[in-house]
Amino acid sequence: MTDKGTLFFKNKPVIKSAFTIVGPKESQSELGKFFDICLKDDRYGESSYEKAECKMLTMSMKRLIERQKLKDSDVDAIISGDLLNQIISASFSARDFETPFLGVYNACASICEALTLGATLIDGNYAKNTVCSAVSHFATAERQYRYPLELGAIRPAQAQWTVTGAGSYLVSEHLSGYPVISSATIGRVIDFGITDVNNMGAAMAPAACSTITRHLRATNTTTSDYDLIVTGDLGALGSRLLKELAKKQGLDLEPNHVDCGELIYNIDEDEFQGGSGAGCSSVVFASYLYPMLKSKKIKKLLLVATGALLSTLSSQQGESIPGVAHAITVECSND
Amino acid sequence: MTGKNNANFNKEYVELVSKLTPKTNEPKTLFHAFWVGGFICMIGQFIKIVLSSAFGLYGDNLAGATSMVLIFLSALLTGLGVYDRIGKYAGGGSIVPITGFANSVVSPAMEFKSEGFVYGLSAKMFTVAGPIIVFGVIGSVATGLIYYVLGLLGVIA
Amino acid sequence: MIDILMQFVKAFVVGGAICTLAQFIINKTKLTSGKILVFFMLGGLVLQALGVYKYLVDFAGAGATVPISGFGYLLAEGAIKGAKAGIFGAITGGLSSASAGVTAAVTFGYLSALIFNTKSKYN
Repeated sequence: MTDKGTLFFKNKPVIKSAFTIVGPKESQSELGKFFDICLKDDRYGESSYEKAECKMLTMSMKRLIERQKLKDSDVDAIISGDLLNQIISASFSARDFETPFLGVYNACASICEALTLGATLIDGNYAKNTVCSAVSHFATAERQYRYPLELGAIRPAQAQWTVTGAGSYLVSEHLSGYPVISSATIGRVIDFGITDVNNMGAAMAPAACSTITRHLRATNTTTSDYDLIVTGDLGALGSRLLKELAKKQGLDLEPNHVDCGELIYNIDEDEFQGGSGAGCSSVVFASYLYPMLKSKKIKKLLLVATGALLSTLSSQQGESIPGVAHAITVECSND
Repeated sequence: MTGKNNANFNKEYVELVSKLTPKTNEPKTLFHAFWVGGFICMIGQFIKIVLSSAFGLYGDNLAGATSMVLIFLSALLTGLGVYDRIGKYAGGGSIVPITGFANSVVSPAMEFKSEGFVYGLSAKMFTVAGPIIVFGVIGSVATGLIYYVLGLLGVIA
Repeated sequence: MIDILMQFVKAFVVGGAICTLAQFIINKTKLTSGKILVFFMLGGLVLQALGVYKYLVDFAGAGATVPISGFGYLLAEGAIKGAKAGIFGAITGGLSSASAGVTAAVTFGYLSALIFNTKSKYN
C-alpha cells in the first residue's frame, strides 16, 4: 500500500454477474431497456414503500444468485446498504437468506463501499463468493429526507431525483473472461461547507475530486488510462463543479467523465439535475456499464460512487453536508 | 463546527457553487403564484356569495364556512394526488391560501398512515402545519392580553 | 352585477398579490412552505392587532380572508373581541373565532387520509 486508503487486489477478484430491478420512471428512461426487471408499480404489491424497497433488494439478490445456479449457502457474505434509517432495507432483506450479512452505510456511495469490502474478502481468500448490493426508493427517501409526497412544495432547480432501483453484484474469485476489480480507494470525508440540502451534487463534488486525485496518484495512472471515469450521482450541476475542481488539480475530466445520475434520466438542467440515491450508481453500472466491460467494449473504468452524509437532524441543526466518495477500478482481465 | 464556522469551509468553492447553481426564473414563478393564488381567492369569493345567498350566512360565520368549504376541496384534491401538482406549478400561489394549510395537514397524515392511525396518521398530521397553530394561539393570546390590559388602563374603549 | 364582478376582481388582485409576495420571499430566502405559512399567518395577526388588516378584508373580501394571513386576522380579531368581555375571553377568543378552520382541517384531513393513499410520483 503506497498511498493510505488505496487497496490493490493481487488475486484479481471478478464481478461475475449483476442484476437490477428498477421502478417505472427509470424504465422509461433511455437506459430502460438495459435493466433486468422493470416494475410497473413502485409499491411492488406491498402495503408500504419501505416494504417495496426491501422486496426490490431481496428479489435482485435472489435472482442474481439463481442466475448463477448457486444456492444461498454458496455465498460467503451479503454486503449491502440503503438510505433508510438503520439501513432497514438491507438488514431486512438479509433475513431471507441463509448467508452471513454485513450492512454498510455511506449514503449513495454504499455500493462502492460494498464492492470494495467484497473484493477485499475475496482477495484475502476469506470468501469465494460475495453478493454486494445497494437499493434506494424515491418515495421512502423523499419522506425520510424531505416532505410528504402529496405536499405542494416547490422543487428547486438544483434538486435531484432519488432513483427507485436495486442493483446486486456477485463478486467472486478470479475467473478468466470476467471484469476484474483491480484496485480501490477508500474515500475521505470532505466538507466544503455546503448547507443547501437540495444541492447534493455540490456537497459531494469535492469528495469525488479528492478520491479521484488520490486514486490516480496511488495507482500511478492518468485520466486517459481509463475509457470512462464514472461518478455516482453528482447530477449535471455536481458534474460541472467536479470538472472545475479537477481542473484546478491539473486533471482534465472533460473527455471521459460520465455521471450515473445524468445518464439515468433525460434531464433539463434548468429544472432538475438528474438521479441520485444509493440505487443510482448501482443500477446504472450493473445494467449499462458492466455489460460493456464484459463484452470488452470498454477496457478500463473508474467507478466513483458519491455519498452525502447528512441526516434531517444534522441539517435542521444547521450543519453543513459532508460528502464521501469511494473509487474502484474495474478492467477487462488480460488472460 | 457548523456552516461557516466549519474548519473546512471553503469560501471559494461556495461562491463557485452559487455562481453555477441555476437561478429560479423569477418573473415566471411570480406570475404563476399571482394567477393561481388570485384564482383560489376568487373561488373563495364565489363560495362566499353562494353560501350567503343560499344559507343566509354573514360575518364571521360566513368567513368560517367559506374556509371550511375550501379546506374540504383542498383535502379532496390532496387525496386525489392533484394538489402537489398545483403546488409545483404555483409555489406561493397554492401554499399561502388556506387550501395550502389544509394540504400541509392532509399530506403527512396520508403519508404516515402506514405507521398506524394513532402514532402515524394522527400524530404526524401536524408535522408541517403544527407551528401555524402554535404561533397562532400564542399570538392571539398575546393580542388578547394586551387589549385586555389596555382596556383596564383605559387606553382603549 | 358590476358590483359582484368588482368583488371578484378585487379578490383576485389582492389575493394574487399576497401570494406573489410569498413567492418573492421564497425566491429570495429559500424558506420552506411551513415557515412561509407561519410568517404570513403572523403577518395577518400583527396587522389586525394594530387594527389595519380589517380594512383590507373590507376592501378585498375573500382576497384577504382566504390567504393564511386571513387566519391570523381571525385569531387577532377574536382575541380583541374576547378581551372586551374579560380576561377569559382575551385568552380563548382567538382560537374560538378560528375554530372553523382548525376543525375542518382536522376532520377533512383525517377523513381524506383514511380514504386515500399516497400516489406514486414520477416527475
